[in-house]
Parts: sequence; structure tokens; C-alpha cells
Amino acid sequence: MADRSAPLLELSGAGIERAGNWLVRGVDLAVEPGKIVTLIGPNGSGKSTTAKLALGILRPTEGTAWRRDGLRVGYVPQKLMIDWTLPLTVARFMSLTDRVSDAQIDDALTRTGAGHLQAAEVRHLSGGQMQRVMLARAIARKPDVLVLDEPVQGVDYSGEIAIYNLISDIRAALGCGVLMISHDLHVVMAATDEVVCLNGHVCCRGAPGDVSQSPAFHRLFGHRAGEALAVYQHQHDHVHLPDGRVRHADGQITTGCSHSGAGALAHDHPDEPVKTHHAG
Amino acid sequence: MLDDFFVRALLAGIGVALVAGPLGCFIVWRRMAYFGDTLAHAALLGVALSLLLEVNTTLSVFAVSVAIAMLLLGLGRTQTLSSDALLGLLSHSALAVGLVCLAFMTWIRVDLTGLLFGDILAVSKLDLLTIYVGGAAVLLGLSLIWRALFAATVNPDLAAAEGMRPERANFLFTLLMAGVIAIAMKVVGVLLITALLIIPAAAARRFSGGPEQMALIAAGLGVLSVVAGLYGSLNFDTPSGPSIVVAAMVFFGLSLIPLPGKRRIWNR
Repeated sequence: MADRSAPLLELSGAGIERAGNWLVRGVDLAVEPGKIVTLIGPNGSGKSTTAKLALGILRPTEGTAWRRDGLRVGYVPQKLMIDWTLPLTVARFMSLTDRVSDAQIDDALTRTGAGHLQAAEVRHLSGGQMQRVMLARAIARKPDVLVLDEPVQGVDYSGEIAIYNLISDIRAALGCGVLMISHDLHVVMAATDEVVCLNGHVCCRGAPGDVSQSPAFHRLFGHRAGEALAVYQHQHDHVHLPDGRVRHADGQITTGCSHSGAGALAHDHPDEPVKTHHAG
Repeated sequence: MLDDFFVRALLAGIGVALVAGPLGCFIVWRRMAYFGDTLAHAALLGVALSLLLEVNTTLSVFAVSVAIAMLLLGLGRTQTLSSDALLGLLSHSALAVGLVCLAFMTWIRVDLTGLLFGDILAVSKLDLLTIYVGGAAVLLGLSLIWRALFAATVNPDLAAAEGMRPERANFLFTLLMAGVIAIAMKVVGVLLITALLIIPAAAARRFSGGPEQMALIAAGLGVLSVVAGLYGSLNFDTPSGPSIVVAAMVFFGLSLIPLPGKRRIWNR
């Protein structure tokens, strides 16, 4: 039995290059049992790529990607398109990569609120139903690590909170590690142990701010939200320009990113609309 | 019983159909019809080589199909041409090179029609043995990689993340396709092999609630097509390979007829 707290998977200095462009570079990341790591960042910042490097779907051009031997992974990809020629029911989809008992299928689907969908064809599911079914499939195989690429996309707001609560329950029940990609730049799951902000490299990392006590947050999101959601405060000293260059706090423009310590300029992701939060 | 050429033809066709159905489902699901066509056309080159080097035709066809498949994979990685242009190029080049090679070998009389459209009525006992042993091997191989191959078909990333090794499954699937082409060539010929793979699978979609069911129904419809096609060719004195494909197409047409009270499945 391996050390209980040793990482399940780990990236060190990992980067991947395609046709002369670095999709991500210099990523250090470790997911330990029972820990939740959330990746945030603007579109095209390399969140999914980083997850794929960690999973071994992509091979790093530099640095290393390490996974514990015999690691059981439950993966929820960002998109799943089922061709219309492919007859696939939810029940059959549940045992896609592993033989899973009927009881386990039932239990997992019920947990994610998709118990009534067993006989449905996968390609007829709505976006939110699909997310619930994919999550159920990933947890039914009792994984050591769950990797979730935007697990609440297309799920309505109360459903999002229910799924976040479910993920922390599963983490507690299975003791698995969770690597999650958030579709929101600022609001993350409250139970997250570490937030990693990517923009082609690791911009910053830390614990999510505790906002559950803030009355403003409660007014905005409701009382249950305080248990499930938190706001991640960004502290950056440079801005990524659309052409890939970087403008530093002192106005200097360079081709790369060197972290020059404590600057106070708020990080502004150029290809995302600026979001304002009434919390914190 | 095996001394009757018609019985041998029926058994050969049924054997090939049983293998082609399940494999054809994957070709339909993965949109690999043109890939299958390319491998099938390359089979003619395999025949030419077997005559030139005096080796077993089935093995030679298998080897050439595998070589072409590897070439396709290799050229696909260089990303010079789009994959459909690449397939079209290799598909017809292989067919043309095969025909030219056969024409050069003036000392051998080759029944070109038989190669192109099949010669199922001339199936020997040895051919039957090849079809059933080879077919059983292909089906066994397919059942061993079934879960991994199906997972890779649904989503390659998901399959890779959960340890299903999709690249290996894809490679083995290519070998199985080359195997089917090698044993099916005698029955329907290089030009019509893809039809036997795809049409029963497409016809089966309508009646299937799951992938395994679709594979079985495709095999069954393939067998029906072979029987109907062969009896049709006997009655109307038509070429047998094309008659089998026409019968399969009729079954596909029937599968499109809307049944009262059943939801239409073929609309997107």
C-alpha cells in the first residue's frame, strides 16, 4: 500500500509544444488523495491541455507527467459527441471502460440525479443531463482520482450547487483526489483545496477566499451557495496581450512571463469579459 | 454435401457475412468506409504480388493491406494532404498499380473479373477452410479488443485516460480489417468488399438498441443478403458477388420504411 498522502498524479515543469507554439509551459501540479485541485483560466489558457497531460492523454514536450502505478481514473471530458449511427443507452455507457454491476450503475445515476435516464439514448440527452450521466459513469468505477473538465457546464444553478456538494461527498466517501476544471474564472467550488490559475503557464495559485459569511454573497447566490461556492481572488502583476506578449506592471512589454514578485495590478484576462462580483 | 459448388458458395458467403457484420459496425461508427475501400483496393496489389512471388494469396493480400494501412497512418501524421484526399489517392493508386502489375505478367492468365467482383461459385474446400479459420480468428480478436475499441470509438480521450490504450486497439482493428478483406475477396471481389461491410451494419442500426445487438443483427442481415443474393443469381443468371450486394441494399431499403407506432430513428 502506497503512502496515503503521496500524490496520485503529478506534473513537474510540464509543457507541450504544437507547431512552434507552447500550449502550456512550466506547469507544476500535484493531486493528493482526498484533495481537490481546481484549474481556472480564460479560454485557450491550456486548462484542458493540462488535464490531458496529467492523465497521459498527451505527452509532455518538456518536464514530466507522473501517475501512481495502477491508478484508477474517472474522467469526465469537456465534450462527448455520440454519432447518430451509434446505438448507445445510458446503461451501456455506464460500463464503457469497465464492467460495472447493475446495482453500482443504479446507485451512481441516482446520486447524480439521473436515475430515470437509464434507458435513454445518450445522444438524446440535454447538456445538463449529459453532465450528470458522465459524472455518474466516472464515479461508478470507484476511481482513485476524478478528473472533471467543466463538470457543471449546461447545468442550471441549483443543479450546479447540488453537483458541487455531490463531488465533495464523493471525495469524502471514496477518499479520491479530484482535479477539476472550472468554467468560471472567479467562482470555484468552496471545498477546493488549491486553485491554480493558468494562462499558458501557472499565473498564480492559492486557496479560495472564504466568502460564505458575506451577506452580499448570500443575497446574490442564496444560502446554500455558501457551502458550495467560493470566490478566488486574483493577484497578478502582468497582463497577457492578445498577441501572446505580456505587459508588466511597470508598462514594460516582453514576450514571456517572469514573475517579478509583489505587484498589485489586478489580472485582466483579455479574451474574457470582465466579471464583477459583489462578494468579498 | 461440400462437393456441391452451390453449397460451398453459400457456406463461404455466410462465413464472410458473419465476420463482416460486426466489423462493419465499427467501420460505420468510426466513419472509416473510405479507409476500408482503400485497404480493399490494395488487395489487388496483394494478388499481383502473390502471383509474382508464388506465395499464398490470402497471406499476401493481408500483408499488403496491412502495409497500406501503416503507410496511411504514417502519411496522415505528416499532415501534408487532407485525409480524404490521401485516402482517394492511395485507394485508386493501389487499384491502378495492381491492375498494371497484373497486365505485366503476361505469362499468367488472370481472371480479372473474378478479382474485382468475386468468384464465389468457384470457392474450393481449401478456400472454405481459410474463410472459417481466418474468420474465427478475426472474431476472436474482435471480441478481445471489443471493450477498448468501443470505448475508443465513443471517445478516444476518455478511453486513454481510463487505461484502455486506444492506439493499440485502433492498430489491432486495422489488422482485423486487413484480415476480413483477405478472406472476403474471393466472395465479393475487391470493389464490393466495403459494401458487404457497411450495408448490413447500416441496415441493422434501425433495429438495434445497443452496440452488441447491432453487431449481431448486422451479421444476421449479412447472412440473409448472401442467401438471397446467391439464390437470386441462380434464378436470374446474374453475377453472384454484385447480386449479394444488391440483396443487402434491398434489406437496407426495407429498414428505412417507417413502421406505424415506432419512432423514426434515422432522422438526426
